Amino acid sequence: MIRLGFYPGCSMEGGAREYQESVIALAKVFDIELIQIPDWNCCGATAAHNLNKELSLSLPTRILALAEKNELMDIVVPCAACYSRLTVTNHELNKDKSLADKVCDVIDMPYSGNVNVLNIIQFIQKYIADKLEEKVTTPFNYNVACYYGCLLVRPNGILKFDRPEDPQTMDILVKKAGGNAIDWAYKAECCGAGMSVSRTDIVARLSGNIIRDAVERKAEVLAVACPMCHSNLDMRRPEINKFLKKEVDVPVLYISQILGLAVGLDAKTLGLQRHMVAVNLPEKKAEQPAPITNTIKTEA
Amino acid sequence: MARVGVFVCHCGENISATVDCEKVAKESGDLNSVVFSTDYKYMCSDPGQTLIKEAIKEHKLDRVVVAACSPRMHEPTFRKACSEAGMNPYLCEMANIREHCSWVHPKSEETTAKAGDLVRTIVEKVKKNKPLQAIKVPITKTAIVIGGGVAGIQSALDIANCGHKVIMVEKQPSIGGHMSQLSETFPTLDCSQCILTPRMVEVAQHPNITLYTYAEIESVDGFIGNFKVKIRRKSKSLDENLCTGCGLCTTKCPKKKIPNEFERGLGNRTAIYVPFPQAVPNKPVIDRENCNYYQKGTCKVCEKVCPVQAIRFDQEDQIIEVEAGALVVCTGFDVLKPNFFPEYGYGKYKDVIDGLQFERLASASGPTKGEIRRPSDGEIPKKIVFIACAGSRDPAKGIEYCSKICCMYTAKHAMLYKHKVHDGTPYVFYMDIRAGGKMYEEFVRRAIVEDDTKYIRGRVSTVFERNGKLIVRGADTLMGAQPVEIEADMVVLASAGVSNPDSEELAQRLHVSYDAYKFFAEAHPKLKPVETNTAGIFLAGACQAPKDIPESVAAASGAAVKVAALFSNSELTREPVVAEVNRQAPPVFSTCTGCFLCEKVCPYQAIEREEIKDRNGNVIKTLARINKGLCQGCGTCVALCRVKAIDLHGFSNQQMYSEVMALLNF
Repeated sequence: MIRLGFYPGCSMEGGAREYQESVIALAKVFDIELIQIPDWNCCGATAAHNLNKELSLSLPTRILALAEKNELMDIVVPCAACYSRLTVTNHELNKDKSLADKVCDVIDMPYSGNVNVLNIIQFIQKYIADKLEEKVTTPFNYNVACYYGCLLVRPNGILKFDRPEDPQTMDILVKKAGGNAIDWAYKAECCGAGMSVSRTDIVARLSGNIIRDAVERKAEVLAVACPMCHSNLDMRRPEINKFLKKEVDVPVLYISQILGLAVGLDAKTLGLQRHMVAVNLPEKKAEQPAPITNTIKTEA
Repeated sequence: MARVGVFVCHCGENISATVDCEKVAKESGDLNSVVFSTDYKYMCSDPGQTLIKEAIKEHKLDRVVVAACSPRMHEPTFRKACSEAGMNPYLCEMANIREHCSWVHPKSEETTAKAGDLVRTIVEKVKKNKPLQAIKVPITKTAIVIGGGVAGIQSALDIANCGHKVIMVEKQPSIGGHMSQLSETFPTLDCSQCILTPRMVEVAQHPNITLYTYAEIESVDGFIGNFKVKIRRKSKSLDENLCTGCGLCTTKCPKKKIPNEFERGLGNRTAIYVPFPQAVPNKPVIDRENCNYYQKGTCKVCEKVCPVQAIRFDQEDQIIEVEAGALVVCTGFDVLKPNFFPEYGYGKYKDVIDGLQFERLASASGPTKGEIRRPSDGEIPKKIVFIACAGSRDPAKGIEYCSKICCMYTAKHAMLYKHKVHDGTPYVFYMDIRAGGKMYEEFVRRAIVEDDTKYIRGRVSTVFERNGKLIVRGADTLMGAQPVEIEADMVVLASAGVSNPDSEELAQRLHVSYDAYKFFAEAHPKLKPVETNTAGIFLAGACQAPKDIPESVAAASGAAVKVAALFSNSELTREPVVAEVNRQAPPVFSTCTGCFLCEKVCPYQAIEREEIKDRNGNVIKTLARINKGLCQGCGTCVALCRVKAIDLHGFSNQQMYSEVMALLNF
């Protein structure tokens, strides 16, 4: 049994419960226990770093320091925004020793800067991907548009994860689960993010463009790795449909749900019933994984 | 007893503003062995030098210390003056009281005291100086030019026209380089081939030039004036003397679908091929990796059809050894690999091409005979988006520099396109337009105004395909960073110019330095732009950094002059500041124990092994010996030598100790 730290952040306790449920369930299949960091707090989200730099670093540092205190040196942070805040904090603290001292002073806790923050895909790559194919019982035989959004891959200089303009890591995981990761144009475009509440019209337009391109390219499912993206693409579907002037019912699944289905977990465990857009995937022959196309030719 | 003269220079106000020169001169006069001291406003001027010369005669000086600027500035000047007064020039030394003192300190007693200290140390040093003689090295008056692009061609012709022998080594089957691939050249729009091919022919026919194509440098040994170079002549599977270049073999070869490198993959070639119709030499080679005979053992069609029986399947690579006095490296550049732009879809979409591919499309001898037709379906594109700075000036991707040529060739591409497709619309996404050069800015203006090219200032984030169109999404930063989407029929990337993939290996083989981008490094970015840190090896063209044709040609001629100047003497004179391993009477021979640590650390490969033999020829001892032609006098070996068997002329251990002791007031 591998024991790793787990930071749910606010959304996974509320609007994205199914994300948490599916991540924990998937980890369990691979004999991994995810231990919630005791007494965790808010990561600061978008608000803190717009107002006060010290505060925006102190909040995540407390989380990291708590992880370190509990000897959880690899922590899984499925929310892309939390992942971004925690990784940026690590980067800032390691870059500037005096700042690190100051922040540790504020939170009144020591922190070495050495806790390893993993986003959902890095977690799967590191602990699951090698064993994934042998565990697949029901290949996820659908056309999947992998949507990465903004925070998972940017800023690339700090995160050093995947290619910012044309990311590939989620596509590779979907292929391993037997899916057909399609090539499409809106992989890393903005979904409208926090405008979800204040300017629904902007979200409808931006997320609408994403949904339209995916559907035009025959996607049957969208895969996401961020609760914010999910809420915009899923919860705002009525507004999106109004923008697109048609009814689009393509479901939006978390990557953990897709992999969960592939390794035989049931829909209930993965929380599929919690989505706003109903997940009604057509029956397909399991033993025929879709051909992998649209691979990008890269020169060695 | 030495008789030292001290000459303190004011350097106008450069020194005297903060140092009391008069006082320094006066106090120096009291130093042991100093028989004369004075100060003067400009010691390097003609009266200043005369002052030194006359003092040498009048006071019978045998050592001179000039307290002035850095020896890098004026040591040769003062040594020459001393030499004219009958002294050995190496008995003149400089105390640097400008860069090391007056420029870096405020006016004060202490500053003057420091200048005095500096003079005192050099007086102590100069007393231990020994007369040295400049080293003479013979010169082999043959130059090797590596690379047969426009820079190599220019350099070779210039050297050859000075009456010296040149050996040109080109990796490809033909000379011509990237310039031969270009359609027209900016800012005059004259045809690249038309101005280049006569030069290529001239190289081939010049009595002083020996041309080796399909050949590479295997190794370089020796030193300036005396290089020994091994050249690998790759087998062409052909007897060149018999071949008439009729080309029958290339028409009959059954392997016809090999992507043509010269056409940047936009056309095909056969396995036995001439890279392009104007190739020099215009004789084919067999590409063994794609040849049916070499891969499968049967075919030999070319051999059957050859009217003069010139095909040689059993021909092997040939290593030839040549001697040369100088090398000119003109190996050129490469264009970024496609996997650099996943977001632009290069390699994924056929109609996303790079600038060199566009050159081939626009070239009269290209795959479309000069018609702009897109690669996917041969249609004439009605809208082309040119993306400048594709990879360049992008620190996030590791290429921070500007590739320099792209602004100009992109304007040219837009123009050529408009001239051929009148109803077409060219768009250019750019960061800045860098058009510094004679008639360059005017040229870009023409593209914008007369040829109606739509310049959009901003970056392209992504290119993707939708309904058969390439959607180029970018921002217009002059319109408040407004998002722009253009439905294009073709996209041309002005991909960054990068160093050749094997440039690092070649640099190491030549012992020349290179920068972080693996471009070859010049000895000084301003004042030695075509020299390398290795004497006798020169650079020209885009192997130093991306350069356009005029710049490459200018550098090539510059390098040629350096070679010609070197070859204008029968012998080479070098500074005698070289290391030497001491020699003593038998049975010791030398304190050198033959550990050869010096050999490992010498950056110039100047350490040789010398065997001391008895009368019967048995080796008694192996000693290090320093090749005076190669030694640059860096002193690394001296510092490393465990038994102090090596000393550096002009900077001996004794001299250094004297300086230190003088500072410590012993």
